[in-house]
Amino acid sequence: MQAPDRSVIYGGLSLLILIVLPFIANALDLGFYISLVRRILIIGLAASGLNLLLGYGGLVALGHAAFVGLGAYVVAVCGIEHLYDAWLVWPLAVTVCAVTGLLIGAIAVRTRSVYFIMITLAFAQMIYYVCISLRKYGGDDGITMIKHSQLPMIELANEANFYYFVLAIAVVVLWLCERLMNSRFGRALQGIRENEDRMQALGYPVYVIKLLTFVLSSAIAGFAGVLLANQNLFVSPTMMHWTESANLIIMILVGGIGMRYGGMVGAGVILLLEEFLRLYTDYWHIPLGALLLLILFVAPTGLTGKWRSQSRRLVASEQSNP
Amino acid sequence: MTPVLQAKGLVKRYGALAASDEISLSLPPGEIHGLIGPNGAGKSTLIQLLAGATFADAGSIFVDGRNMSGVGLRQRVQAGVSRSFQTANIFRQLSVFDNLLLAVQAQTGSSLRFWRPRDEDVALIEQAQALAQRCHLERRDWGTPAGLLPHGAQKLLEFALALAPHPKVLLLDEPMAGMGPDESANMTALIESLRGQLTILLVEHDMDAVFRLADRISVLVSGRIVATDTPSAIRHNATVQAAYLGDDGAKRSELSC
Repeated sequence: MQAPDRSVIYGGLSLLILIVLPFIANALDLGFYISLVRRILIIGLAASGLNLLLGYGGLVALGHAAFVGLGAYVVAVCGIEHLYDAWLVWPLAVTVCAVTGLLIGAIAVRTRSVYFIMITLAFAQMIYYVCISLRKYGGDDGITMIKHSQLPMIELANEANFYYFVLAIAVVVLWLCERLMNSRFGRALQGIRENEDRMQALGYPVYVIKLLTFVLSSAIAGFAGVLLANQNLFVSPTMMHWTESANLIIMILVGGIGMRYGGMVGAGVILLLEEFLRLYTDYWHIPLGALLLLILFVAPTGLTGKWRSQSRRLVASEQSNP
Repeated sequence: MTPVLQAKGLVKRYGALAASDEISLSLPPGEIHGLIGPNGAGKSTLIQLLAGATFADAGSIFVDGRNMSGVGLRQRVQAGVSRSFQTANIFRQLSVFDNLLLAVQAQTGSSLRFWRPRDEDVALIEQAQALAQRCHLERRDWGTPAGLLPHGAQKLLEFALALAPHPKVLLLDEPMAGMGPDESANMTALIESLRGQLTILLVEHDMDAVFRLADRISVLVSGRIVATDTPSAIRHNATVQAAYLGDDGAKRSELSC
């Protein structure tokens, strides 16, 4: 048997830190950080969902913030209609995103490379402008929510409760994604990333595999949007702007494209840097850009790409050697 | 006997150029059928048409007597038609064994399974091992990223990927291209070992290999099949010599190897 992957060790350590974080933050009277890290986890969830498509499927979708925003909008709009029951609203939001993903994906997935980027961007912009034109639901200004979604047992208005809830969701989703990417489906998806023509010649249902990934990725983004609406108690079309989609891609590039924790780590690095650089300068984009360049030069496969032990790729061949 | 693969009057035009011009071809079960012709004769186009990667402008294709003319790659593979590519079209970043696993996985149940880790599937691993051994892929190379293999080994892997779907008809697009004499002999032996088990359409420039392996040979010139016959008859066919070797060839008594 091989030694455990280093990302397992780092993942475990990070989880431990994340679990004790609220205690430390409260003890030091730094409750603000609970909310910050929670936001990182939520955005990281969206980035992880996108990483399935971008990192494992090789499909660069530039429009994923639209799904995050769409999920958030469903929650906010339901709030206006006095619907707060999470068991009702959340599945509705995720379903809306999945179905939208299915419709957009059915067209987009037929294209490749730069055409795929453009078509996902175009659809995302359409969703963006539709939301701007919703006069009844705030238009440009968005919607301020008066309270959180109602879950049985868990009070999301409580900072720490909400934090642990998000953390649990993030862990479960990441674990499911990991599981999925090692399954036959995940392997086939990675095969398509490596060589789509050959996959077709081998008789794989390439279109179906890509489409399902697109739908799944949209649904995860939508769920992140649901959480984000509760995090901010505010939604607006800005969430869906294409620069937000680009941010998600940058996070993945920084964290590790096609790496299990790539989306999370990337979201953490970018959002923390943004937060701290803002303390010192209004022009925080400049040092952030320089740092990103540095990271990409030092670790072209992203930060977690450095963790990956070479043995992982060779698992199968090692197993095959008696 | 029903031919395993039959083409009737296939036409494929690229603008004014007819890459395939009324091609008819019939492969009985178990035959190794050589397809030779000068560069640009339309050999690769014919493979594309037969594999379902592109569609003919006219004519029809039958697999086991079933009309598959309008049917794409995936269904052709399921019907038993598999192809190799002229330049190794492999998963360059993946290890050789991962290449084989992907190839075998396509044929052993659905890939729409989302839970069980693929690499723990013992049956799949055994099949991949068997495939590797059958195609003379050396065990020490199994962990190497496929793109780092020497050219000959990449062609072997390409061959293995084409063979993985257990095809009834194997369309081989220049399997020996760019190989040294030893590698070429190895590939010839490999194809020879499949004789009788499946039907093969062999496109190849290595005349030595084609004339040794093929039961019958078709000669393709400018999109048309000018002759189909046994190797020895083709060797002495005057039309073939004129068409294939041009004016120069007409002066020779037989095709040089």
